[in-house]
Amino acid sequence: MNYYVIVDVTLRRGIADPEGATIERALPALGFSGVTNVHAGKSFRLDIEAPDETSALKKATALAERLLSNPVIEDSTARLGTRDGE
Amino acid sequence: MTRIGVVVFPGSNCEYDVLAGVSQLGATAELVWHSQTDFNGFDGIILPGGFAHGDYLRPGALARFSPVMDAVARFAADGGPVLGICNGFQILTEAGLLPGALQKNRGLTFLCQPTTLTVTSTDSVLTHHAALGQELVIPINHFSGAYTCDDETLRSLEEHRQIVLRYLDNPNGSRDDIAAIANIAGNVVGLMPHPERAMSNLLGSADGRILLEGFVASNVLVA
Repeated sequence: MNYYVIVDVTLRRGIADPEGATIERALPALGFSGVTNVHAGKSFRLDIEAPDETSALKKATALAERLLSNPVIEDSTARLGTRDGE
Repeated sequence: MTRIGVVVFPGSNCEYDVLAGVSQLGATAELVWHSQTDFNGFDGIILPGGFAHGDYLRPGALARFSPVMDAVARFAADGGPVLGICNGFQILTEAGLLPGALQKNRGLTFLCQPTTLTVTSTDSVLTHHAALGQELVIPINHFSGAYTCDDETLRSLEEHRQIVLRYLDNPNGSRDDIAAIANIAGNVVGLMPHPERAMSNLLGSADGRILLEGFVASNVLVA
């Protein structure tokens, strides 16, 4: 089976996020008030060939921890998605 | 004569500066393509600055998986001197040869300027010719140079005297003003400033010489 997997990579709590902070500071100037805790991250879309959902997610989690994220500063999560609605 | 290998990844761009710098110090330096898998006959390895593999994903994230990196890790494990400059430092942290990580600069600004550094440990292949507390003016040239680590790693770095250079006036938000760290043994060092660009007073500073001189002489220490 081919599984569509979405991997999100975000900075770990407590790690400075200058990108998120800069975006947050820009929002009031554009008229968006009341927006706080903006965090920047990365999102990856993968097709993974696997016998079942569990092993697809296991593979995605492993490659996310080994390559897509740097566990020293980032957390990663893998979830199954569908191409239409995600 | 001391023979230094300067590793070239696709996207490295400081390898010729390093080559020129090291060659002035009575050592021979050779470019080594990133597909090479052994360093027999070399006395030291330098990973130069640049944008290895385009810095895609994160600086150093893909370079870490270049074939040469297993050989660099073996060379380091055997006590061989390894120096990562700028992008080379980022690669060494991604490869786990040095602790912590380099994050985007505070303020999201690309920084290209001279910085004043203080020598905070001389127990490394890079700083053993310098004096403790000595101030050196060496330029930086980076976007992701903010050294980051957790509390436990910082304590361990301090305990083992692994923080070898600190910024006098922290330009990028590095934790604890860290500009360069070594591994516990002191034979693997990474720094964000570029000593190879501070080799002559004609070009602004010759303070990089004492660091690279120490590095090319360091094979004597570990041999």
